[in-house]
Amino acid sequence: MQVGKYQLFVATIFVGMETQLNNEVKIMRLTKYLSIVVAVLALGVSGVSSAGMLDDIKARGHLQCGINTGLTGFAFTDDAGNWQGFDVALCQAVAAAVFGDASAVKYTNLTGKTRFPSLNAGEVDMLSRNTTWTYSRDVDLKMTFLGVNYYDGQGFIVPAALGVTSATQLDGASVCIQTGTTTELNLADFFRGNNMNYEPVPIETNEEARNSYLAGRCDVYTTDRSGLAATRASLDNPQDHVVLPEIISKEPLGPVVRHGDDEWADIVRWTLNVIIIAEEKGITSENVAAMAAEVQKDAELNRMFGTEGEYGAMLGLSADWVVNVISAVGNYGEIFEKYLGVNTDIGLERGVNALWTDGGLIYSPPYR
Amino acid sequence: MAELNKQDYEPGTHVDLAPPVSQVGITGWMRKNLFSTPTNVVLTILTIYFLYKVIPPVLNWAFIDAVFSDLDHRNECREIAGGACWAVVRARLEQFIYGFYPEHLRWRVNLTFVLMFVALLPLLYDNVPKRKYLLWFSLIYPFFAFFMLWGGLGLEDVESAKMGGFMLTVLIGMTGIVVSLPLGIALSLGRHSSAPIIKVLSVWYIEFFRGVPLITLLFVASTLLNYFMPPGTHFDLLLRVIIMVILFAAAYIAEVIRGGLAAIPKGQFEAADALGLSYAKSMRLIILPQALKISIPGIVNTFIGLYKDTTLVVIVGLLDPLGISRATLADSSWQGLSTELYIFIALGFFISCFAMSRYSLYLERKLDTGHRVK
Repeated sequence: MQVGKYQLFVATIFVGMETQLNNEVKIMRLTKYLSIVVAVLALGVSGVSSAGMLDDIKARGHLQCGINTGLTGFAFTDDAGNWQGFDVALCQAVAAAVFGDASAVKYTNLTGKTRFPSLNAGEVDMLSRNTTWTYSRDVDLKMTFLGVNYYDGQGFIVPAALGVTSATQLDGASVCIQTGTTTELNLADFFRGNNMNYEPVPIETNEEARNSYLAGRCDVYTTDRSGLAATRASLDNPQDHVVLPEIISKEPLGPVVRHGDDEWADIVRWTLNVIIIAEEKGITSENVAAMAAEVQKDAELNRMFGTEGEYGAMLGLSADWVVNVISAVGNYGEIFEKYLGVNTDIGLERGVNALWTDGGLIYSPPYR
Repeated sequence: MAELNKQDYEPGTHVDLAPPVSQVGITGWMRKNLFSTPTNVVLTILTIYFLYKVIPPVLNWAFIDAVFSDLDHRNECREIAGGACWAVVRARLEQFIYGFYPEHLRWRVNLTFVLMFVALLPLLYDNVPKRKYLLWFSLIYPFFAFFMLWGGLGLEDVESAKMGGFMLTVLIGMTGIVVSLPLGIALSLGRHSSAPIIKVLSVWYIEFFRGVPLITLLFVASTLLNYFMPPGTHFDLLLRVIIMVILFAAAYIAEVIRGGLAAIPKGQFEAADALGLSYAKSMRLIILPQALKISIPGIVNTFIGLYKDTTLVVIVGLLDPLGISRATLADSSWQGLSTELYIFIALGFFISCFAMSRYSLYLERKLDTGHRVK
């Protein structure tokens, strides 16, 4: 019995020991709890001061933006360790809109599984992470999709030596396909709809698909067209491989915020919109300062530059917020050409992502 | 024979004859080890053929045809040679080591890393000079490391999101190892205890954490915990992940040590009681030294597993070396060079894990009391 009595005592000793060694963790935890208490107190004292996300973000001093952990052209690190890419540029644009400074943004890398929970839990202010706008995400997951900055769709890549020019000639082909994705379902639908057969070669990652395809384990590789273009660009002889013209699914990608703060949603939505309008009106990062300095004949330009009306104030932003955005990241066409366009390694044509005036789908409501 | 037996020399003056050539030197070694039986002859020849087929191409790819120079694009590599393009590792080396830690503050990481060995030294070896004072340093080292890495007390703050690469691996791995060992010992003693509440709690804890995959715990850490926090609070993701890794590893350590405790003969417990030792003393002086000694291979095995499991954090968006490689391969300048990066990462992990397993062997030899069957 004596032993039994001592056991509690020993347990406390060991717990005590653990506390000592665990101190590093404890301190961090303690500071966090303290900051929570302080935050709650501050909330109680100041009451309505943190009414909207815009105020919170301004008080914090930076935008917290959710991006991909790595997707060619859309989000990647350069040799200096800075995040860059088509999606990252939109984060920078929003930071420029809010702070007038495109570098006032911090990134949270999110995987396909963590993106929505992180956004919902308030860890990030917005997602710019090649997220497809779908019914269930919009309605069931309570996300607010703010437009489309890239119209993607599933396509096929084949070796040029096969002589195939259309996906309808792929009857009996072996197809490398990522398992458990919507691309797998799209593929099945497409082949069934065209009364064709195929032999699936299941793979897990894009890198594995690339290697399998190169090793000839499959005749065709199918995934989103932007991914195909990027994969093709990384092959040793890109001209030996062709991306077929068919697009068998709709993947409209765009920025997302959570339900509950429409003012903040408006800011992100209109940041994307003004980038598009800027391309339409020929405003570029180079000429925007000069154009804003003088009164333009086009009244929409004057409204955007803040020289006519109080349009910035309606969003809670500065009068020249559009000038800040465009001079920081450029217009839609500039961003596209910088990260995805024909002069990059990826070499994507504008295609459906051309402006509506050029026969594409990129279109913005008027700034009025 | 008769000739040899004839002694025409004084005892002790005969010059030793050299052993037959077939028994010594490289020929003898080969006869003994490679060609002793027909099966061995066949296996040896097959192995040599296999190595002949594999090694030259690998050497060719990795060294002879490889590009080591400082370049900016994979195409520049391809223009020079068709082998490995190590330029990618060179271009991203700092990211692989420090993640995105600000360049002008990296000396803090270096200092913390070097001092980590100073702090570990007295814990790993008992013949270190001035060990008593060094142990005090080991005790304050975690606080020191915390302030060095995250800042505070006048040092510039660095947020967790800036940490990545091997620095993150070592940070998560070492914190996990150092904290989970005492926690695991406490849990195993708790499970071994006869006090019902302590025992039941320990068993529940251990069974829960062993029954749930680490990936699930990481997801809980990254997504679920947020829902319990007041909205707008920011509970550091890295911290959450480290806590989960510690809790997870502690359950495994506890079970490994329980194996050690189970191997101790009942007589040892009784002898400790007969000496009139208190529970604490009997554990500290009699039971745990033996139990821990038996458990060394298992403990180190768990540690190595834990260290390698840190790569799982990539799925919650932390940029460990694998995460950095993903972000690197997404840069169209370096796309498709996954083999080079994976080999580099594997090498980094091999060095750490091999060192750990060597230390465990050293410790086993040192603590060997000759009881074990060799």
